[in-house]
Amino acid sequence: MKTSQEIGKPINRLEGNLKVTGAAKYAGEYNVGDLSHGYIANSTITKGKIIEIDESKAAAVPGVITIITHKNRTKLPWFDMLYADMDAPPGTPFKPLYDENILYNGQPIALVVAETFETARFAASLLAITYEEEAFETELAAHLDEARDPKKGMATAIKPLPPADKGDFEAAYKDAFARYEGEFTHGAEHHNPLELFATTTVYDGKGKLTVYDKTQGTSNCQLYIANVFGLHYNDVRVLSPFVGGGFGSGLRPQYQLFLCVMASLMLKRNVRVAMDRTQMFSFGHRPQTIQKTKFGANSEGIVTALNHTAIAETSQFEDYTEVVVNWGNMLYPAQNTSLDYKLVPLDVFTPMDMRAPGGSTGMHAIEATMDALSYELNIDPMEFRLLNYSEVDASENKPYSSKELKECYKQGAEKFGWKNRASKPRATKRGNRLVGTGMSTGIWDVIALPAKAKAKFSKDGKLKVTSAVTDIGTGTKTIMTQIAADSFAVAIDDVTFDHGDSDMPMAPIQGGSYTTGVVGSAVKAACKALQKKLFKKAKNISDSPLSGLKITDVVFKNAAIYSKEDFSKFINYKDIVVADGKNWIAASKSNIPNLLELKKYTRAAHSAAFVEVEVDEELGIVNVTRAVTAVAAGKIINPKTARSQILGGMVWGISKALREETMTDHNLGKYMNTNLGEYHIPVHADIHDLDVVFVDEKDDIINELGSKGVGEIGLASMAPAIANAIFHATGKRINKFPIHFDDLM
Amino acid sequence: MNNFTYKKVETINEAVQEISKNKKANFIAGGTNLIDLWKYDLAHPESLIDINSVSTMKQIKVLESGGLSLGALVTNSDTAYDAIVSTKYPLLSRAILAGASAQIRNSATNGGNLLQRTRCYYFYDKTSPCNKRNPGSGCPAKNGLNRMHAILGTSENCIAVFPSDMCIALAALDATVNVSGPNGDRKIAFTDFHRLAGNSPEKDNNLEHDEIITGLTLPNEDFSQYYSYLKLRDRNSYAFALVSVATAMRLEHNKIETIRIALGGVAHKPWRDFEAEQFLEGKEPNRKNFTEAAKMIIKTAKGYGDNDFKIELSVKAIVRNCMMALHPETQRPGAQPSL
Repeated sequence: MKTSQEIGKPINRLEGNLKVTGAAKYAGEYNVGDLSHGYIANSTITKGKIIEIDESKAAAVPGVITIITHKNRTKLPWFDMLYADMDAPPGTPFKPLYDENILYNGQPIALVVAETFETARFAASLLAITYEEEAFETELAAHLDEARDPKKGMATAIKPLPPADKGDFEAAYKDAFARYEGEFTHGAEHHNPLELFATTTVYDGKGKLTVYDKTQGTSNCQLYIANVFGLHYNDVRVLSPFVGGGFGSGLRPQYQLFLCVMASLMLKRNVRVAMDRTQMFSFGHRPQTIQKTKFGANSEGIVTALNHTAIAETSQFEDYTEVVVNWGNMLYPAQNTSLDYKLVPLDVFTPMDMRAPGGSTGMHAIEATMDALSYELNIDPMEFRLLNYSEVDASENKPYSSKELKECYKQGAEKFGWKNRASKPRATKRGNRLVGTGMSTGIWDVIALPAKAKAKFSKDGKLKVTSAVTDIGTGTKTIMTQIAADSFAVAIDDVTFDHGDSDMPMAPIQGGSYTTGVVGSAVKAACKALQKKLFKKAKNISDSPLSGLKITDVVFKNAAIYSKEDFSKFINYKDIVVADGKNWIAASKSNIPNLLELKKYTRAAHSAAFVEVEVDEELGIVNVTRAVTAVAAGKIINPKTARSQILGGMVWGISKALREETMTDHNLGKYMNTNLGEYHIPVHADIHDLDVVFVDEKDDIINELGSKGVGEIGLASMAPAIANAIFHATGKRINKFPIHFDDLM
Repeated sequence: MNNFTYKKVETINEAVQEISKNKKANFIAGGTNLIDLWKYDLAHPESLIDINSVSTMKQIKVLESGGLSLGALVTNSDTAYDAIVSTKYPLLSRAILAGASAQIRNSATNGGNLLQRTRCYYFYDKTSPCNKRNPGSGCPAKNGLNRMHAILGTSENCIAVFPSDMCIALAALDATVNVSGPNGDRKIAFTDFHRLAGNSPEKDNNLEHDEIITGLTLPNEDFSQYYSYLKLRDRNSYAFALVSVATAMRLEHNKIETIRIALGGVAHKPWRDFEAEQFLEGKEPNRKNFTEAAKMIIKTAKGYGDNDFKIELSVKAIVRNCMMALHPETQRPGAQPSL
């Protein structure tokens, strides 16, 4: 009997039609009645105080309803904890419109509310603000001597600080046969999902609010709003059924949510606040980071000494951290290690998780260093990684729950045609163009968290499963439907998965590639609980064919419960509901991971990227002509949506290596290329032949589904593979991202 | 965005009359740059004069002289794909198609292309000092982020560059800009249309407020055999040139009879160096001669930090593009380097 029918099928996104026809509504598109529009004014200085806000011209514009600033805002709590969302790092969360102090350039300082968006925007442009400016610092490289250890807090549980030194790094590095020492840098980067941050707040009266928000966590925003504005948890409903991209930018409630809700409560009216593209650069970002590596290997090509340090920026008010330096020793079992991670507080907003946070940063340094060392040793880069392959995580001396990285190397290399490459750099040309190939390993951890789901089955044979989780465009709705169909044993056409509503069972914020495993396991648990409940009710039906049987005596199949012994004895799910006399039967269930058991293992997804580049020898123009990424991520629920995730990660890798950076003018203390014309992400003409391989990987430990998630792993390996291919093409090792053509000219 | 009045006009005369009424009036055609500037709170038209119905400005036609007239309201796309333009002036087609995106080219007009404003980060940020936007406030680009900025003909006041691709080809092709105003019509040689920043960086060009561009004239000259447009930028499409080069030439007995070289992304206007062109005339079209000419062109170039690379890059780009011009069939999409 087939137990899995929908899981593993490459079905199309269920909401695809709604999205491409424009029927899917995003947070800024709910045109409720009596809607007023807020436009945010942002600080134009980087540090100091607001002395005066002259509102006279703005207030005189017909159609302006109110102007909210720190002077006339509603009473707000002073207690920091109430502003701490589920993703808040240690420190003091930013409190919008709290007082006159300016902590960073672009800080929201006023909300102009008007009858139309255009009126609000125009009036906001007429606000005359007088500041008292103070000296500021935004350049990481100029403040490395101020680097300090990060503060510890809740976040440290998911983002462990570097493990203690092992062996004697200095001695081993000195004795090494081959060494490479490198410094790796990248500037700030901003998420820039296509959908702009927006909130529509519907004022329901009596302190009740319905809030449509762009977020990666409806429960998180509900908690934040209730705490900050002193509302009852149950009086705040946050909905986010469609999200036009997240990439981490929606992990924390953003300030437009705060301002929109505040305006709605003050005016007792429905209010919308939408950011513009420039404002999308006024909150979290991937932090500027400067890394140093020193790896040493013996004459057999075994890495014996591994030193990796990173210094990253954070804000003056929160200690945002990433896992940057831990990955090297998880992959390569050097016995002498020295790892360090430090922060420098600057006058910027707190950085924020951005796709493969820390992982994509660290892998750049680790994998470029491994690549450089392979050339020093005259060993093929992939062979070098295989020589240093480890079945255990040497950094913590733990087994992996599963690790099919070797298959990734093998199948990826085969598909790419790796073995045909020249061993020396600058050996292949096409016309004026140097051709090179490079590869890189990728790793991303598998996070376990609790989540809850509810399943209900109706008398007309439909299964409805709900969870507060969002679908940030990854295909969550589709794969949860697949999981529910198989878990409950019904046809997928009879299943609906509803989500993105804080009234639904609680789910963690959607990030870290953990949603499939975490929420998927909760969906499975709820479906199993509902089966159990149906079975109990089925037994109580008079003349039940299942009477006297235990749950172990039956199977659930084709929307019915069968006796294992005698398949002629069965009851349809529908008939159980009908017999029960109600419209439906429901069950809720939380999935709570067994952390004590999980802690015995290192749990990670792996990848291997193979890249070919062409570099114009004279002009330096780089094209990524083809790439293959092989991924081991446990059970792949839907190969089509999973492939899209990996392709998206690979495109981002091209972006990270060659295109994107937020350019900061450190004299002005502000980001300057704050639009999609100048913040360069790849366009179609930059993307050529990309392919994805999923290798089989069975994992009974990580979660109920054996699925590791694919959101970040495609990015982790891509950017370093490009840098390595550029070295192979040109003989030039450029250790800063993005690599521009003039670096290679 | 401020409130404004809107008026549709049908004739050139009407357009000139309307614009003369208000110093803060703007023509609108494709709107691809004006609307951006407006949203960024940089442009504040009080009166918008819609010229899209002026039918006399919407044609491409062969003139008695044998030259070609391009109406100011013909879209960039229609110009690029026009049968005569793409066969007789293929350099222009290639330059146009290397610019913006298909959607923008479908909306943007030939007249508007000449009037687009710089993409300098500081100009676009209304709270930064900028002599072009707010004369006398300073130029943070000189000591700041200037990867995209000028190396030729710069002034103490402004190092912004003019961002067009189309205009680089028009400069190379010796086009003429046809203008109407309250005092009648006048013609401006293309290389005299845009200005260097000098002491009045707020003025991008020599068009008066009450004048309208009615069209462009391309002379009756054949550069359909040897030509190339090269655009070097930070991505393969939808990015402005860091350096671009338009080359058009005619050969006689393997010697250069006539050559035109125009540079984009390096100055406040499309850059021509007549001395370097003259130097090449009568010489063999080879790397050595092109390199020498290229060095003449960047003789007075000056870098400001981030853009220092443009000096060496310009030499390499000029040489490559002149070599590419000998083999126009090798051109790759997006005006990428070929050969």
